[in-house]
Amino acid sequence: MTAARLRRLLTGAYLVLFFGYLFLPLGIMAAATFNSSRFPTVTPWMGFTLGWFQALWEDQRMWAALGTSLLVGAGVIALAVPLGLAAALLLDRLHSRARTFLYALMVSPLLTPGVIVGISTLVFWREWFGVSGGLFLTVVAQSSFIAAYAMLLFSARLERFDPALEEAALDLGATHGQVFRRITLPYLMPAILSAALLAFLQSFENYNTTLFVRGLDTTLTVFIATKVRTGLTPAVNALSLVLIALTILGAVVYEILRRREARRQAGSAVALKTA
Amino acid sequence: MTEVLRRYGPVLTGVILLAVALWLALLVVLPQLMMIGFSFRPSLPPSKLGGPEDVFTVKNYLTLWTNQIHLAIFLKTIWASALVTATTLAVCYPVAFYLAQVAPKRRLPLLILMLVVPFWINELLRTFSWYIILAFNGPLNALLLGLGIIDEPQRFLGGDGGVIVGMVYVYILFMVFPLYNAIESLDRNQIEAARDLGAGWLRIHRRIVLPHAKPGIAVGCIMTFMLAAGSYAVPALLGGPNSRWFTEIIYNWFFEGGNWNQGAAYAFILLVLCIGFILGAMRLFRVGLADIAK
Repeated sequence: MTAARLRRLLTGAYLVLFFGYLFLPLGIMAAATFNSSRFPTVTPWMGFTLGWFQALWEDQRMWAALGTSLLVGAGVIALAVPLGLAAALLLDRLHSRARTFLYALMVSPLLTPGVIVGISTLVFWREWFGVSGGLFLTVVAQSSFIAAYAMLLFSARLERFDPALEEAALDLGATHGQVFRRITLPYLMPAILSAALLAFLQSFENYNTTLFVRGLDTTLTVFIATKVRTGLTPAVNALSLVLIALTILGAVVYEILRRREARRQAGSAVALKTA
Repeated sequence: MTEVLRRYGPVLTGVILLAVALWLALLVVLPQLMMIGFSFRPSLPPSKLGGPEDVFTVKNYLTLWTNQIHLAIFLKTIWASALVTATTLAVCYPVAFYLAQVAPKRRLPLLILMLVVPFWINELLRTFSWYIILAFNGPLNALLLGLGIIDEPQRFLGGDGGVIVGMVYVYILFMVFPLYNAIESLDRNQIEAARDLGAGWLRIHRRIVLPHAKPGIAVGCIMTFMLAAGSYAVPALLGGPNSRWFTEIIYNWFFEGGNWNQGAAYAFILLVLCIGFILGAMRLFRVGLADIAK
């Protein structure tokens, strides 16, 4: 056996171990859903059941928590996406140190631990406006950093935008409003869709920030964490399984949108060159 | 600024500026400043607010020094987060190197997808999967008993070990992507050249790959450390009363101790710790902010 073959073998073994490490825990969690044991486990195996899905379906508090999460997600889309868009439009037209400074300020929430985003929002809104924790503060706190994700997405797309299009429209007598509605906004539409999807997923899975600003409202992640600590049954696994399936679906849709967009980009570049 | 006005016109510029100002002022800067200011005030009943006792104080910060338990938890949070960061770096480096430089091009999309999918799955659910594995009558105990390594089931949950293991699992993907992106931009010819000149693989990594991967290492370490130090979900699920995390102490000040000022001080200490780590890593690896937030 040569050294090269040995190295290939070791690399392969390491990769198998690594991906096994990534997926095995999720597989075990999924398998435990179908075990009729009252506590979620795979050892010992007590027999196959689908009963935990039914238990989940009949759990009224789960549906209430899901409703809360959807509401918060919609609120975050409505707030964070426009904020991120405005920020990217501004950055795109700024140069010099103002841009560097603003950019640093805008991405700072991404480098702040989630609990601190939650705490600062909670303190600020109570002290200044007398608003206490609840749906509104959850949307506000989540948006403060999700807007930064949206900004990064919009900025990436604006980088490839040809400003000559806007110039031409302005020269031909279009108003600024018309240019924005008819040229800039349609160009940004794919980014708006992906920003909305990303914002929703980020909001939906948020726990650390939400925990501090939720008041008496319970989102789905808070519901899951509470269930794990008090009254854990495989119904939680059933919920996890459903959520993982939906996440994968969302991730695939997001990837497809992104790749189709990349192809279209490449296609139009070719068209421009040949024209 | 004139450039902005010329491009978007007065109305749109006004809307844009207003939105950005609202975001940065109301959602980012003022809340942080408020939290910091709040942490330098004593906790008083509403009737005494603004009275003679409502003065500037560093008392809330001294609490951390005088409370031995909290100080120990704070220090543990630091070393445990550093340990999580170092472990993820060590585990991810070979994978990132393989994907970026060795893997055949046609196999790459599938491998990347296999990394992306778990990355999208909720942190809480990934933590929960380890709750099941580490449980007293869970599969890990069953496996170790079956192999004869242990004689009786062990309590993996409720201790620092379980929390650290869980964190490595949950935050590992925040390390692998920055590393991959950094190593991917390295020209393969450089490695070939070094090999032709007689360098062994250890030297190739030390002198060529690692220096090139510095920005990726910095980003990965920053993200992982920040997520670990600021984690609430993992210690809450996998830990117990004897393995509390600093974030749990903060939470208790707010919702059980009812002392928000004290909680704000602890939160600011955590923030300073993270900023210190970020600045340290940026200086050590010589990278800028634009490299980090991508």
